[in-house]
Amino acid sequence: MQKDTAIQVEKLHKSYGKLTAVQDISFSVRKNEIFGIVGPNGAGKTTTIECLEGLRSPDKGLVRVLGLDPQKNRRSLHERIGVQLQESRIASQIKVWEVLDLYTALYSRTVDYKDLLEKLQLSQVRSRFYSRLSGGQKQRLFIALSLINDPEIVFFDELTTGLDPQARRVIWDLVREVNESGKTVVLTTHFMEEAERLCDRVLIMDHGRIITLDSPENLVKKLGAEHKIIFSIKGRVQIESFNELATVEKVSVFRDKVTISGKDQRLLADVVNHLIERRIPYYDLQTQQPNLDDVFISLTGKEIRK
Amino acid sequence: MRSLLKLTWVEAKLFFREPQALFFTLIFPLILLFVYGGVYGNKSNPMFGGFGMVDVSVPSYTAMIIATSGLISISVIVATYREAKILRRFKATPLSPLHLLTADVIVIFFMTAVGMMLLVVVAKLVFGLRFFGNALSFAGAFVISCASFFSLGFILCGLIRTARTAQIVSMALFFPMILLSGATIPIETMPEYIRNYARFIPLTYVVKLLKGFWFGDSWSQHQTELVVLTVMFVVGLLITAKTFRWE
Ligand SMILES: Nc1ncnc2c1ncn2[C@@H]1O[C@H](COP(=O)(O)OP(=O)(O)OP(=O)(O)O)[C@@H](O)[C@H]1O
Ligand SMILES: [Mg+2]
Repeated sequence: MQKDTAIQVEKLHKSYGKLTAVQDISFSVRKNEIFGIVGPNGAGKTTTIECLEGLRSPDKGLVRVLGLDPQKNRRSLHERIGVQLQESRIASQIKVWEVLDLYTALYSRTVDYKDLLEKLQLSQVRSRFYSRLSGGQKQRLFIALSLINDPEIVFFDELTTGLDPQARRVIWDLVREVNESGKTVVLTTHFMEEAERLCDRVLIMDHGRIITLDSPENLVKKLGAEHKIIFSIKGRVQIESFNELATVEKVSVFRDKVTISGKDQRLLADVVNHLIERRIPYYDLQTQQPNLDDVFISLTGKEIRK
Repeated sequence: MRSLLKLTWVEAKLFFREPQALFFTLIFPLILLFVYGGVYGNKSNPMFGGFGMVDVSVPSYTAMIIATSGLISISVIVATYREAKILRRFKATPLSPLHLLTADVIVIFFMTAVGMMLLVVVAKLVFGLRFFGNALSFAGAFVISCASFFSLGFILCGLIRTARTAQIVSMALFFPMILLSGATIPIETMPEYIRNYARFIPLTYVVKLLKGFWFGDSWSQHQTELVVLTVMFVVGLLITAKTFRWE
Protein backbone atom coordinates (compact mmCIF):
# COMPACT_ATOMS: atom_id res chain seq x y z
CA MET A 1 0.00 0.00 0.00
CA GLN A 2 1.42 3.35 -1.00
CA LYS A 3 2.02 6.06 1.52
CA ASP A 4 -0.65 8.40 0.25
CA THR A 5 -3.30 5.71 -0.05
CA ALA A 6 -6.05 5.89 2.57
CA ILE A 7 -8.19 3.01 1.34
CA GLN A 8 -7.43 0.09 -0.88
CA VAL A 9 -10.09 -2.25 -2.25
CA GLU A 10 -9.34 -5.26 -4.40
CA LYS A 11 -11.96 -7.54 -5.92
CA LEU A 12 -14.50 -6.83 -3.21
CA HIS A 13 -17.47 -9.15 -3.54
CA LYS A 14 -20.64 -9.32 -1.47
CA SER A 15 -23.93 -11.09 -2.03
CA TYR A 16 -27.06 -11.54 0.05
CA GLY A 17 -28.31 -15.03 -0.72
CA LYS A 18 -28.85 -15.14 -4.46
CA LEU A 19 -28.61 -11.40 -4.91
CA THR A 20 -25.15 -10.12 -5.74
CA ALA A 21 -24.88 -6.61 -4.34
CA VAL A 22 -21.22 -5.90 -5.15
CA GLN A 23 -19.27 -7.75 -7.85
CA ASP A 24 -15.47 -7.84 -7.69
CA ILE A 25 -14.84 -4.13 -7.53
CA SER A 26 -11.39 -2.60 -7.08
CA PHE A 27 -10.41 0.99 -6.39
CA SER A 28 -8.37 3.07 -4.03
CA VAL A 29 -8.87 6.35 -2.22
CA ARG A 30 -6.03 8.80 -1.76
CA LYS A 31 -5.32 10.57 1.48
CA ASN A 32 -7.01 13.94 1.81
CA GLU A 33 -9.33 13.67 -1.16
CA ILE A 34 -13.12 13.83 -1.30
CA PHE A 35 -14.11 10.58 -2.91
CA GLY A 36 -17.67 10.11 -4.14
CA ILE A 37 -19.60 6.94 -4.87
CA VAL A 38 -22.59 7.63 -7.10
CA GLY A 39 -25.29 5.33 -8.41
CA PRO A 40 -29.02 4.69 -8.53
CA ASN A 41 -31.00 2.89 -5.79
CA GLY A 42 -29.69 -0.58 -5.12
CA ALA A 43 -26.42 0.02 -6.97
CA GLY A 44 -24.43 -1.29 -3.99
CA LYS A 45 -23.14 1.99 -2.55
CA THR A 46 -24.12 1.29 1.04
CA THR A 47 -22.87 -2.27 0.84
CA THR A 48 -19.50 -1.04 -0.41
CA ILE A 49 -19.07 1.77 2.11
CA GLU A 50 -20.16 -0.43 5.04
CA CYS A 51 -17.63 -3.08 4.06
CA LEU A 52 -14.99 -0.35 4.36
CA GLU A 53 -16.35 0.68 7.75
CA GLY A 54 -16.20 -2.87 9.06
CA LEU A 55 -19.97 -3.06 9.55
CA ARG A 56 -20.51 -5.72 6.87
CA SER A 57 -18.22 -8.60 6.09
CA PRO A 58 -17.19 -9.06 2.46
CA ASP A 59 -17.57 -12.54 0.94
CA LYS A 60 -14.35 -12.20 -1.01
CA GLY A 61 -11.70 -9.63 -1.72
CA LEU A 62 -9.27 -7.47 0.11
CA VAL A 63 -10.08 -4.26 1.98
CA ARG A 64 -7.50 -2.09 3.73
CA VAL A 65 -8.44 1.11 5.46
CA LEU A 66 -5.52 3.08 6.88
CA GLY A 67 -3.59 -0.15 6.43
CA LEU A 68 -6.01 -2.08 8.66
CA ASP A 69 -8.33 -4.95 7.85
CA PRO A 70 -11.77 -3.63 8.90
CA GLN A 71 -12.95 -7.10 9.93
CA LYS A 72 -9.92 -8.08 12.00
CA ASN A 73 -9.01 -4.71 13.47
CA ARG A 74 -12.44 -3.24 13.91
CA ARG A 75 -11.85 -1.58 17.27
CA SER A 76 -8.62 0.13 16.34
CA LEU A 77 -10.07 1.20 13.00
CA HIS A 78 -13.13 2.70 14.66
CA GLU A 79 -10.88 4.81 16.84
CA ARG A 80 -9.53 6.41 13.67
CA ILE A 81 -12.55 6.76 11.39
CA GLY A 82 -15.82 8.68 11.62
CA VAL A 83 -19.05 7.28 10.30
CA GLN A 84 -22.46 8.59 9.34
CA LEU A 85 -24.84 5.78 8.36
CA GLN A 86 -27.63 5.95 5.81
CA GLU A 87 -29.96 4.19 8.21
CA SER A 88 -29.49 4.80 11.88
CA ARG A 89 -30.95 6.72 14.73
CA ILE A 90 -30.22 7.48 18.30
CA ALA A 91 -32.58 7.26 21.25
CA SER A 92 -35.35 9.79 20.72
CA GLN A 93 -35.42 10.97 24.33
CA ILE A 94 -31.77 11.90 24.49
CA LYS A 95 -30.57 15.50 24.35
CA VAL A 96 -28.06 16.77 21.82
CA TRP A 97 -25.33 17.51 24.35
CA GLU A 98 -25.92 14.17 26.09
CA VAL A 99 -25.26 12.15 22.93
CA LEU A 100 -22.08 14.10 22.24
CA ASP A 101 -20.97 13.72 25.83
CA LEU A 102 -21.67 9.98 25.68
CA TYR A 103 -19.77 9.52 22.41
CA THR A 104 -16.86 11.46 23.87
CA ALA A 105 -16.55 8.73 26.49
CA LEU A 106 -16.45 5.96 23.87
CA TYR A 107 -13.17 7.04 22.25
CA SER A 108 -9.70 7.29 23.66
CA ARG A 109 -8.91 10.51 21.76
CA THR A 110 -11.55 13.17 21.18
CA VAL A 111 -12.10 16.83 20.42
CA ASP A 112 -14.15 19.15 22.63
CA TYR A 113 -17.77 18.64 21.67
CA LYS A 114 -18.60 22.25 22.49
CA ASP A 115 -16.45 23.35 19.55
CA LEU A 116 -18.33 20.93 17.31
CA LEU A 117 -21.68 22.30 18.49
CA GLU A 118 -20.44 25.75 17.61
CA LYS A 119 -19.06 24.79 14.22
CA LEU A 120 -22.16 22.83 13.22
CA GLN A 121 -24.52 25.54 14.46
CA LEU A 122 -26.11 23.29 17.04
CA SER A 123 -25.38 25.40 20.12
CA GLN A 124 -28.92 26.74 20.26
CA VAL A 125 -30.43 23.27 20.32
CA ARG A 126 -27.88 21.65 22.64
CA SER A 127 -30.57 20.84 25.24
CA ARG A 128 -33.20 19.72 22.80
CA PHE A 129 -34.33 16.10 22.51
CA TYR A 130 -33.16 14.25 19.40
CA SER A 131 -36.77 13.62 18.37
CA ARG A 132 -37.45 17.37 18.29
CA LEU A 133 -34.69 18.22 15.81
CA SER A 134 -35.30 19.14 12.17
CA GLY A 135 -33.92 16.91 9.42
CA GLY A 136 -30.99 19.25 8.82
CA GLN A 137 -30.20 19.48 12.52
CA LYS A 138 -30.28 15.70 12.90
CA GLN A 139 -27.90 15.35 9.98
CA ARG A 140 -25.56 17.98 11.45
CA LEU A 141 -25.67 16.10 14.76
CA PHE A 142 -24.63 12.93 12.93
CA ILE A 143 -21.77 14.86 11.34
CA ALA A 144 -20.76 16.05 14.80
CA LEU A 145 -20.79 12.46 16.07
CA SER A 146 -18.66 11.35 13.14
CA LEU A 147 -16.06 14.03 13.97
CA ILE A 148 -15.91 13.61 17.73
CA ASN A 149 -12.82 11.38 17.63
CA ASP A 150 -10.93 13.67 15.23
CA PRO A 151 -10.90 10.89 12.61
CA GLU A 152 -8.48 10.52 9.71
CA ILE A 153 -11.23 9.34 7.34
CA VAL A 154 -14.92 10.29 7.48
CA PHE A 155 -17.60 8.24 5.73
CA PHE A 156 -20.88 9.90 4.79
CA ASP A 157 -23.64 7.69 3.35
CA GLU A 158 -26.28 9.89 1.72
CA LEU A 159 -25.72 12.82 3.96
CA THR A 160 -28.12 15.16 2.18
CA THR A 161 -30.94 12.88 1.05
CA GLY A 162 -34.24 14.31 2.25
CA LEU A 163 -32.89 17.79 2.98
CA ASP A 164 -34.09 20.98 1.33
CA PRO A 165 -31.72 22.73 -1.10
CA GLN A 166 -30.64 25.30 1.45
CA ALA A 167 -29.83 22.79 4.18
CA ARG A 168 -27.98 20.79 1.53
CA ARG A 169 -25.74 23.73 0.70
CA VAL A 170 -24.92 24.25 4.38
CA ILE A 171 -23.87 20.60 4.58
CA TRP A 172 -21.73 20.93 1.44
CA ASP A 173 -19.78 23.77 3.03
CA LEU A 174 -19.31 21.67 6.14
CA VAL A 175 -18.00 18.73 4.14
CA ARG A 176 -15.50 21.02 2.40
CA GLU A 177 -14.39 22.38 5.75
CA VAL A 178 -13.91 18.88 7.12
CA ASN A 179 -11.80 18.04 4.10
CA GLU A 180 -9.76 21.23 4.38
CA SER A 181 -8.93 20.38 7.98
CA GLY A 182 -6.95 17.46 6.54
CA LYS A 183 -9.43 14.60 6.63
CA THR A 184 -10.15 12.16 3.84
CA VAL A 185 -13.84 12.08 2.96
CA VAL A 186 -15.70 9.18 1.35
CA LEU A 187 -19.32 9.92 0.51
CA THR A 188 -22.18 8.36 -1.40
CA THR A 189 -24.91 10.35 -3.05
CA HIS A 190 -27.82 10.27 -5.48
CA PHE A 191 -27.20 13.85 -6.48
CA MET A 192 -24.95 14.42 -9.44
CA GLU A 193 -24.69 18.08 -8.58
CA GLU A 194 -23.42 17.16 -5.14
CA ALA A 195 -20.77 14.85 -6.53
CA GLU A 196 -19.73 17.42 -9.12
CA ARG A 197 -19.41 20.25 -6.63
CA LEU A 198 -17.74 18.36 -3.81
CA CYS A 199 -15.73 15.45 -5.07
CA ASP A 200 -12.18 15.28 -6.32
CA ARG A 201 -12.97 11.93 -7.86
CA VAL A 202 -16.23 10.15 -8.53
CA LEU A 203 -16.88 6.44 -8.78
CA ILE A 204 -20.04 5.71 -10.72
CA MET A 205 -21.51 2.29 -10.01
CA ASP A 206 -24.59 0.33 -11.02
CA HIS A 207 -25.65 -3.27 -10.42
CA GLY A 208 -22.70 -3.77 -8.10
CA ARG A 209 -20.08 -2.91 -10.71
CA ILE A 210 -17.88 0.10 -11.31
CA ILE A 211 -18.87 1.90 -14.49
CA THR A 212 -16.22 4.55 -14.36
CA LEU A 213 -13.94 6.37 -11.94
CA ASP A 214 -12.38 9.79 -12.56
CA SER A 215 -12.54 13.46 -11.63
CA PRO A 216 -15.84 15.18 -12.53
CA GLU A 217 -14.05 17.38 -15.10
CA ASN A 218 -12.45 14.44 -16.85
CA LEU A 219 -15.70 12.51 -16.88
CA VAL A 220 -17.43 15.39 -18.59
CA LYS A 221 -14.53 15.89 -21.01
CA LYS A 222 -14.40 12.21 -21.87
CA LEU A 223 -18.10 12.21 -22.57
CA GLY A 224 -17.44 14.64 -25.41
CA ALA A 225 -20.81 16.25 -25.01
CA GLU A 226 -21.66 19.58 -26.59
CA HIS A 227 -21.38 23.01 -25.07
CA LYS A 228 -24.17 25.30 -26.13
CA ILE A 229 -24.32 29.08 -26.31
CA ILE A 230 -27.70 30.67 -26.65
CA PHE A 231 -28.43 34.38 -27.18
CA SER A 232 -31.14 36.57 -28.65
CA ILE A 233 -30.79 39.15 -31.42
CA LYS A 234 -32.93 42.04 -32.55
CA GLY A 235 -33.82 42.65 -36.19
CA ARG A 236 -31.91 41.26 -39.15
CA VAL A 237 -28.42 40.26 -38.24
CA GLN A 238 -25.84 38.37 -40.25
CA ILE A 239 -25.09 35.22 -38.28
CA GLU A 240 -23.70 32.95 -41.00
CA SER A 241 -20.25 34.31 -40.22
CA PHE A 242 -20.18 32.21 -37.02
CA ASN A 243 -19.67 29.15 -39.19
CA GLU A 244 -16.22 30.48 -40.03
CA LEU A 245 -15.06 29.96 -36.42
CA ALA A 246 -13.07 26.75 -35.95
CA THR A 247 -14.73 25.73 -32.70
CA VAL A 248 -18.27 26.16 -33.95
CA GLU A 249 -19.95 23.00 -35.19
CA LYS A 250 -23.54 24.05 -35.62
CA VAL A 251 -25.53 27.27 -35.79
CA SER A 252 -29.31 27.34 -35.64
CA VAL A 253 -31.87 30.09 -35.40
CA PHE A 254 -35.36 29.92 -34.03
CA ARG A 255 -37.29 33.22 -34.10
CA ASP A 256 -34.88 35.66 -32.45
CA LYS A 257 -32.95 32.95 -30.60
CA VAL A 258 -29.58 31.78 -31.86
CA THR A 259 -28.04 28.53 -30.63
CA ILE A 260 -24.40 27.78 -31.34
CA SER A 261 -22.90 24.45 -30.32
CA GLY A 262 -19.51 22.75 -30.34
CA LYS A 263 -17.44 20.31 -28.30
CA ASP A 264 -14.42 22.50 -27.66
CA GLN A 265 -14.27 24.30 -24.33
CA ARG A 266 -12.96 27.46 -26.09
CA LEU A 267 -16.28 27.85 -27.89
CA LEU A 268 -17.59 30.48 -25.50
CA ALA A 269 -14.55 32.74 -25.81
CA ASP A 270 -14.60 32.48 -29.60
CA VAL A 271 -18.28 33.29 -29.89
CA VAL A 272 -18.17 36.25 -27.54
CA ASN A 273 -15.10 37.68 -29.29
CA HIS A 274 -16.87 37.36 -32.59
CA LEU A 275 -19.97 39.14 -31.28
CA ILE A 276 -17.83 42.04 -30.10
CA GLU A 277 -15.61 42.26 -33.20
CA ARG A 278 -18.58 42.31 -35.55
CA ARG A 279 -20.54 44.60 -33.22
CA ILE A 280 -23.52 42.29 -33.28
CA PRO A 281 -26.19 43.52 -30.84
CA TYR A 282 -27.19 40.61 -28.60
CA TYR A 283 -28.91 40.10 -25.28
CA ASP A 284 -29.79 37.28 -22.83
CA LEU A 285 -26.64 35.29 -23.47
CA GLN A 286 -26.64 31.88 -21.75
CA THR A 287 -24.35 28.90 -21.82
CA GLN A 288 -25.15 25.22 -21.30
CA GLN A 289 -22.30 23.03 -20.21
CA PRO A 290 -22.53 19.26 -20.09
CA ASN A 291 -22.52 18.05 -16.50
CA LEU A 292 -22.24 14.79 -14.59
CA ASP A 293 -25.95 14.20 -15.12
CA ASP A 294 -25.28 13.87 -18.84
CA VAL A 295 -22.34 11.58 -18.13
CA PHE A 296 -24.49 9.44 -15.94
CA ILE A 297 -27.33 9.15 -18.39
CA SER A 298 -25.03 8.34 -21.27
CA LEU A 299 -23.20 5.67 -19.23
CA THR A 300 -26.09 3.93 -17.51
CA GLY A 301 -28.86 4.77 -19.95
CA LYS A 302 -31.10 5.95 -17.18
CA GLU A 303 -31.85 9.08 -15.31
CA ILE A 304 -30.86 9.15 -11.66
CA ARG A 305 -33.57 9.57 -9.06
CA LYS A 306 -33.85 13.18 -7.95
CA MET B 1 -14.71 1.67 32.18
CA ARG B 2 -15.34 5.36 31.62
CA SER B 3 -17.61 4.47 28.71
CA LEU B 4 -19.57 1.97 30.81
CA LEU B 5 -20.12 4.53 33.56
CA LYS B 6 -21.24 7.20 31.12
CA LEU B 7 -23.53 4.75 29.31
CA THR B 8 -25.10 3.67 32.58
CA TRP B 9 -25.74 7.26 33.52
CA VAL B 10 -27.32 8.07 30.15
CA GLU B 11 -29.44 4.90 30.18
CA ALA B 12 -30.67 5.80 33.68
CA LYS B 13 -31.79 9.21 32.42
CA LEU B 14 -33.51 7.58 29.46
CA PHE B 15 -35.31 5.22 31.84
CA PHE B 16 -36.76 8.19 33.71
CA ARG B 17 -37.97 9.69 30.43
CA GLU B 18 -39.85 6.51 29.51
CA PRO B 19 -43.27 6.79 31.18
CA GLN B 20 -44.40 3.19 30.78
CA ALA B 21 -41.46 1.49 32.46
CA LEU B 22 -41.45 4.14 35.14
CA PHE B 23 -45.14 3.64 35.89
CA PHE B 24 -44.97 -0.13 36.31
CA THR B 25 -41.77 -0.01 38.34
CA LEU B 26 -42.49 2.86 40.71
CA ILE B 27 -46.17 3.88 40.65
CA PHE B 28 -48.26 0.76 40.03
CA PRO B 29 -47.04 -1.08 43.18
CA LEU B 30 -47.91 2.00 45.26
CA ILE B 31 -51.41 2.11 43.77
CA LEU B 32 -51.96 -1.54 44.72
CA LEU B 33 -50.58 -0.84 48.17
CA PHE B 34 -53.02 2.00 48.76
CA VAL B 35 -55.99 0.05 47.38
CA TYR B 36 -55.42 -3.12 49.41
CA GLY B 37 -53.90 -1.39 52.42
CA GLY B 38 -56.77 1.10 52.41
CA VAL B 39 -59.38 -1.66 52.41
CA TYR B 40 -57.79 -4.17 54.79
CA GLY B 41 -55.29 -2.10 56.78
CA ASN B 42 -52.42 -4.01 58.38
CA LYS B 43 -54.24 -5.77 61.22
CA SER B 44 -53.24 -9.30 62.20
CA ASN B 45 -55.22 -11.71 60.07
CA PRO B 46 -55.47 -15.46 60.71
CA MET B 47 -55.66 -16.06 56.95
CA PHE B 48 -52.10 -14.71 56.61
CA GLY B 49 -50.78 -16.65 59.57
CA GLY B 50 -51.33 -13.80 61.95
CA PHE B 51 -49.54 -11.17 59.83
CA GLY B 52 -51.22 -8.13 58.29
CA MET B 53 -52.31 -7.59 54.68
CA VAL B 54 -49.57 -5.04 54.04
CA ASP B 55 -46.90 -7.26 55.63
CA VAL B 56 -47.78 -10.02 53.19
CA SER B 57 -48.27 -7.77 50.20
CA VAL B 58 -44.96 -5.88 50.17
CA PRO B 59 -42.77 -8.92 49.36
CA SER B 60 -45.36 -10.02 46.79
CA TYR B 61 -45.39 -6.63 45.10
CA THR B 62 -41.61 -6.75 45.08
CA ALA B 63 -41.95 -9.92 43.02
CA MET B 64 -44.24 -8.03 40.67
CA ILE B 65 -41.65 -5.26 40.23
CA ILE B 66 -39.04 -7.89 39.38
CA ALA B 67 -41.40 -9.35 36.77
CA THR B 68 -41.92 -5.88 35.27
CA SER B 69 -38.19 -5.35 34.93
CA GLY B 70 -37.41 -8.78 33.57
CA LEU B 71 -40.30 -9.28 31.19
CA ILE B 72 -41.22 -5.79 30.07
CA SER B 73 -38.31 -3.39 30.53
CA ILE B 74 -35.55 -5.61 29.17
CA SER B 75 -37.38 -6.94 26.14
CA VAL B 76 -38.83 -3.58 25.15
CA ILE B 77 -35.54 -1.71 25.53
CA VAL B 78 -33.54 -4.23 23.51
CA ALA B 79 -36.20 -4.55 20.79
CA THR B 80 -36.36 -0.77 20.50
CA TYR B 81 -32.60 -0.55 20.13
CA ARG B 82 -32.69 -3.09 17.37
CA GLU B 83 -35.64 -1.66 15.52
CA ALA B 84 -34.54 1.94 15.70
CA LYS B 85 -31.08 0.98 14.42
CA ILE B 86 -29.55 2.48 17.51
CA LEU B 87 -27.26 -0.51 17.91
CA ARG B 88 -25.96 -0.02 14.36
CA ARG B 89 -24.66 3.42 15.23
CA PHE B 90 -22.90 2.07 18.32
CA LYS B 91 -21.43 -0.71 16.23
CA ALA B 92 -19.48 1.93 14.32
CA THR B 93 -17.68 3.01 17.50
CA PRO B 94 -15.05 1.20 19.58
CA LEU B 95 -17.76 0.39 22.14
CA SER B 96 -18.44 -3.28 22.71
CA PRO B 97 -22.19 -3.96 22.39
CA LEU B 98 -21.91 -6.05 25.52
CA HIS B 99 -21.20 -2.86 27.45
CA LEU B 100 -24.49 -1.45 26.29
CA LEU B 101 -26.41 -4.45 27.63
CA THR B 102 -24.41 -4.37 30.85
CA ALA B 103 -25.34 -0.71 31.33
CA ASP B 104 -29.00 -1.54 30.77
CA VAL B 105 -28.95 -4.46 33.20
CA ILE B 106 -27.31 -2.26 35.84
CA VAL B 107 -29.92 0.47 35.35
CA ILE B 108 -32.87 -1.89 35.35
CA PHE B 109 -31.59 -3.71 38.42
CA PHE B 110 -31.08 -0.41 40.18
CA MET B 111 -34.58 0.77 39.27
CA THR B 112 -36.06 -2.51 40.52
CA ALA B 113 -34.34 -1.96 43.85
CA VAL B 114 -35.53 1.66 43.93
CA GLY B 115 -39.09 0.49 43.22
CA MET B 116 -38.91 -1.93 46.13
CA MET B 117 -37.42 0.60 48.52
CA LEU B 118 -40.01 3.19 47.66
CA LEU B 119 -42.70 0.61 48.34
CA VAL B 120 -41.17 -0.40 51.66
CA VAL B 121 -40.73 3.16 52.87
CA VAL B 122 -44.27 4.22 51.96
CA ALA B 123 -45.77 1.04 53.45
CA LYS B 124 -43.83 1.60 56.65
CA LEU B 125 -44.77 5.25 57.01
CA VAL B 126 -48.43 4.89 56.02
CA PHE B 127 -49.41 1.39 57.13
CA GLY B 128 -46.82 0.44 59.75
CA LEU B 129 -45.21 -2.34 57.71
CA ARG B 130 -43.27 -4.93 59.77
CA PHE B 131 -40.22 -6.94 58.72
CA PHE B 132 -39.46 -10.26 60.45
CA GLY B 133 -36.49 -11.57 58.49
CA ASN B 134 -32.81 -10.99 57.96
CA ALA B 135 -32.14 -8.03 55.64
CA LEU B 136 -29.07 -9.65 54.07
CA SER B 137 -30.85 -12.91 53.28
CA PHE B 138 -33.74 -11.00 51.81
CA ALA B 139 -31.36 -8.98 49.63
CA GLY B 140 -29.78 -12.25 48.48
CA ALA B 141 -33.17 -13.66 47.53
CA PHE B 142 -33.92 -10.42 45.70
CA VAL B 143 -30.74 -10.64 43.63
CA ILE B 144 -31.32 -14.30 42.74
CA SER B 145 -34.88 -13.51 41.67
CA CYS B 146 -33.73 -10.61 39.51
CA ALA B 147 -31.04 -12.70 37.83
CA SER B 148 -33.56 -15.39 37.04
CA PHE B 149 -36.18 -13.05 35.61
CA PHE B 150 -33.77 -10.84 33.70
CA SER B 151 -32.50 -13.98 32.05
CA LEU B 152 -36.09 -14.79 31.09
CA GLY B 153 -36.38 -11.33 29.57
CA PHE B 154 -33.35 -11.98 27.40
CA ILE B 155 -34.94 -15.14 26.03
CA LEU B 156 -37.78 -12.93 24.81
CA CYS B 157 -35.25 -10.57 23.21
CA GLY B 158 -33.84 -13.44 21.22
CA LEU B 159 -37.24 -14.50 19.96
CA ILE B 160 -38.86 -11.14 19.33
CA ARG B 161 -37.85 -8.82 16.50
CA THR B 162 -39.86 -5.62 16.80
CA ALA B 163 -40.59 -3.26 19.68
CA ARG B 164 -44.31 -3.59 19.11
CA THR B 165 -44.32 -7.37 19.40
CA ALA B 166 -42.11 -7.04 22.48
CA GLN B 167 -44.73 -4.80 24.10
CA ILE B 168 -47.59 -7.14 23.30
CA VAL B 169 -45.88 -10.43 24.13
CA SER B 170 -44.36 -9.19 27.36
CA MET B 171 -47.70 -7.76 28.53
CA ALA B 172 -49.49 -10.97 27.57
CA LEU B 173 -47.08 -12.89 29.78
CA PHE B 174 -46.92 -10.30 32.52
CA PHE B 175 -50.57 -9.93 33.50
CA PRO B 176 -51.54 -13.59 33.91
CA MET B 177 -48.27 -14.09 35.73
CA ILE B 178 -48.79 -11.39 38.32
CA LEU B 179 -52.45 -12.35 38.80
CA LEU B 180 -51.97 -16.10 39.22
CA SER B 181 -48.68 -16.22 41.11
CA GLY B 182 -49.88 -14.38 44.19
CA ALA B 183 -47.82 -11.32 43.30
CA THR B 184 -50.85 -9.05 43.46
CA ILE B 185 -53.79 -10.97 44.92
CA PRO B 186 -52.63 -13.11 47.86
CA ILE B 187 -52.53 -16.74 46.80
CA GLU B 188 -54.19 -17.69 50.09
CA THR B 189 -57.42 -16.02 48.96
CA MET B 190 -57.62 -18.00 45.73
CA PRO B 191 -59.58 -21.17 45.02
CA GLU B 192 -57.79 -24.49 45.15
CA TYR B 193 -57.62 -25.15 41.38
CA ILE B 194 -55.90 -21.83 40.67
CA ARG B 195 -53.37 -22.59 43.37
CA ASN B 196 -52.53 -25.78 41.50
CA TYR B 197 -51.84 -23.85 38.31
CA ALA B 198 -49.59 -21.45 40.17
CA ARG B 199 -46.94 -24.19 40.30
CA PHE B 200 -46.32 -23.74 36.58
CA ILE B 201 -45.84 -20.01 36.77
CA PRO B 202 -42.21 -18.96 37.27
CA LEU B 203 -43.14 -15.90 39.27
CA THR B 204 -44.77 -18.06 41.95
CA TYR B 205 -41.30 -19.16 43.03
CA VAL B 206 -40.14 -15.58 43.39
CA VAL B 207 -43.20 -14.75 45.46
CA LYS B 208 -42.67 -17.75 47.74
CA LEU B 209 -38.96 -17.06 48.17
CA LEU B 210 -39.32 -13.36 48.94
CA LYS B 211 -42.27 -13.90 51.27
CA GLY B 212 -40.41 -16.66 53.08
CA PHE B 213 -37.36 -14.49 53.68
CA TRP B 214 -39.53 -11.54 54.67
CA PHE B 215 -40.90 -13.62 57.54
CA GLY B 216 -37.55 -15.03 58.62
CA ASP B 217 -37.36 -18.41 56.86
CA SER B 218 -33.94 -19.99 56.41
CA TRP B 219 -32.27 -20.88 53.10
CA SER B 220 -32.80 -24.61 53.66
CA GLN B 221 -36.57 -24.11 53.79
CA HIS B 222 -36.59 -22.84 50.20
CA GLN B 223 -34.49 -25.30 48.27
CA THR B 224 -37.21 -25.87 45.63
CA GLU B 225 -37.51 -22.17 44.84
CA LEU B 226 -33.74 -21.71 44.74
CA VAL B 227 -33.29 -24.66 42.39
CA VAL B 228 -36.09 -23.56 40.05
CA LEU B 229 -34.83 -19.99 39.86
CA THR B 230 -31.22 -21.04 39.31
CA VAL B 231 -32.22 -23.42 36.56
CA MET B 232 -34.27 -20.66 34.91
CA PHE B 233 -31.27 -18.36 35.10
CA VAL B 234 -28.89 -20.86 33.51
CA VAL B 235 -31.31 -22.05 30.83
CA GLY B 236 -32.12 -18.43 29.99
CA LEU B 237 -28.44 -17.61 29.54
CA LEU B 238 -27.88 -20.64 27.31
CA ILE B 239 -30.88 -19.87 25.10
CA THR B 240 -29.90 -16.21 24.92
CA ALA B 241 -26.37 -17.07 23.86
CA LYS B 242 -27.83 -19.16 21.02
CA THR B 243 -30.64 -16.90 19.84
CA PHE B 244 -29.59 -13.33 20.60
CA ARG B 245 -28.98 -11.04 17.60
CA TRP B 246 -27.80 -7.48 17.59
CA GLU B 247 -29.66 -6.53 14.43
N1 LIG C 1 -28.95 -6.65 4.50
C1 LIG C 1 -29.37 -6.95 3.25
N2 LIG C 1 -29.99 -8.13 3.01
C2 LIG C 1 -30.41 -8.45 1.76
N3 LIG C 1 -30.26 -7.66 0.69
C3 LIG C 1 -29.66 -6.48 0.86
C4 LIG C 1 -29.19 -6.07 2.15
N4 LIG C 1 -28.64 -4.84 2.02
C5 LIG C 1 -28.76 -4.52 0.73
N5 LIG C 1 -29.36 -5.49 0.03
C6 LIG C 1 -29.62 -5.48 -1.43
O1 LIG C 1 -28.37 -5.30 -2.08
C7 LIG C 1 -28.49 -4.39 -3.15
C8 LIG C 1 -27.55 -3.23 -2.94
O2 LIG C 1 -27.99 -2.50 -1.83
P1 LIG C 1 -27.27 -1.21 -1.24
O3 LIG C 1 -27.99 -0.81 -0.02
O4 LIG C 1 -25.82 -1.47 -1.13
O5 LIG C 1 -27.54 -0.17 -2.43
P2 LIG C 1 -27.40 1.41 -2.41
O6 LIG C 1 -26.62 1.75 -3.63
O7 LIG C 1 -26.88 1.89 -1.13
O8 LIG C 1 -28.91 1.85 -2.62
P3 LIG C 1 -29.66 3.16 -2.08
O9 LIG C 1 -29.31 4.23 -3.04
O10 LIG C 1 -31.09 2.79 -2.16
O11 LIG C 1 -29.20 3.41 -0.70
C9 LIG C 1 -29.95 -3.99 -3.21
O12 LIG C 1 -30.58 -4.75 -4.20
C10 LIG C 1 -30.48 -4.32 -1.85
O13 LIG C 1 -31.84 -4.70 -1.92
MG1 LIG D 1 -27.54 3.15 0.27
